[in-house]
Amino acid sequence: MTGSLNMVGYGLAAIGPGIGIGLVFAAYINGTARQPEMQSRLQTIAILGFALAEALAIIGIALAFAIK
Amino acid sequence: MSTTVPGFEVLAANPGFVAPGPSDFVFKDLFGGHQVLLTKISLLFVLAAVLAFVFLRVTSRRAAVVPSRGQYLGEQAYTFVRNGIAQDSIGGRDYRRFVPLLVSLFFFILINNLFSLVPVLQFAPFSRVGFAYALAGLVWVIYNAAGIARHGVGGYFKLQAVPSGVPAIMLVLLVPLEFLSNILVRPVTLSLRLFANMFAGHLLLLLFASGGEYMLLHATGNIVLKPAGILAFALGIGVGLLEFIVAILQAYVFTLLTAQYLGGALADSH
Repeated sequence: MTGSLNMVGYGLAAIGPGIGIGLVFAAYINGTARQPEMQSRLQTIAILGFALAEALAIIGIALAFAIK
Repeated sequence: MSTTVPGFEVLAANPGFVAPGPSDFVFKDLFGGHQVLLTKISLLFVLAAVLAFVFLRVTSRRAAVVPSRGQYLGEQAYTFVRNGIAQDSIGGRDYRRFVPLLVSLFFFILINNLFSLVPVLQFAPFSRVGFAYALAGLVWVIYNAAGIARHGVGGYFKLQAVPSGVPAIMLVLLVPLEFLSNILVRPVTLSLRLFANMFAGHLLLLLFASGGEYMLLHATGNIVLKPAGILAFALGIGVGLLEFIVAILQAYVFTLLTAQYLGGALADSH
């Protein structure tokens, strides 16, 4: 089988953002469980945090294709 | 970097399978030539703009006190962007000026992304990075122009690049970093986020569909392959549902970040 080791590297690099996104939503769920009336405000913050953590994974996939 | 992994006899026995890759995202120009101007993708791009316009026009025309179902749907979506995104992120009275921009952005991106799940169309224009660059570039120009119009050139760069309440010695380090992150990196991550999500989703769907088809119909050598093909199709449907969520989420995230950047550019110095 032939393939690119870049993709293995990208898989490893995606662990970090994966954990980060998990932490963001864990905090969001915790906050909503404790104070359900804050849900709508927390949602915006949670999705913003998710998007920022995800940016790392995205830079990773862009570089995985860019670097030969 | 290429490498060979030993022990994959089944794959070695079936050399016909070509895994989908970035080349599957290149379309021929409709009049021959090399995807310069009029491809399927640019047609979809225009179609999305037309559909977004038609949707908003039809649902807002003949607005009644007791709304019809269509009007209700349109108003719900409009209110969601206006209150949930624009008002919360920009705040004050400033947000009203930017509601049309944000609503159009949201619907335009949403319809573009949903194209990836519509049979026959089956392609999200934003999985070509050029389209995402153009949209993020537009947003970049707008939020910087809005900030400069509010604070003046010097005031705006001071707001974006000089954090307050920091010892002077740290500013040497922080000013370049803040400038880099607020002015230069933002449009890049904004466009790459949209692009990479749509790109990865389309690639995943292609992989499950073509791999499932290959295992079911063409592959030989192992009895397990045909059930695995059926499993791949089932998983492909699951990925399709995931793509549906991602399409909506990315439209939301792009609009939300645009509103956040606008809010940051218009904020009073803190």
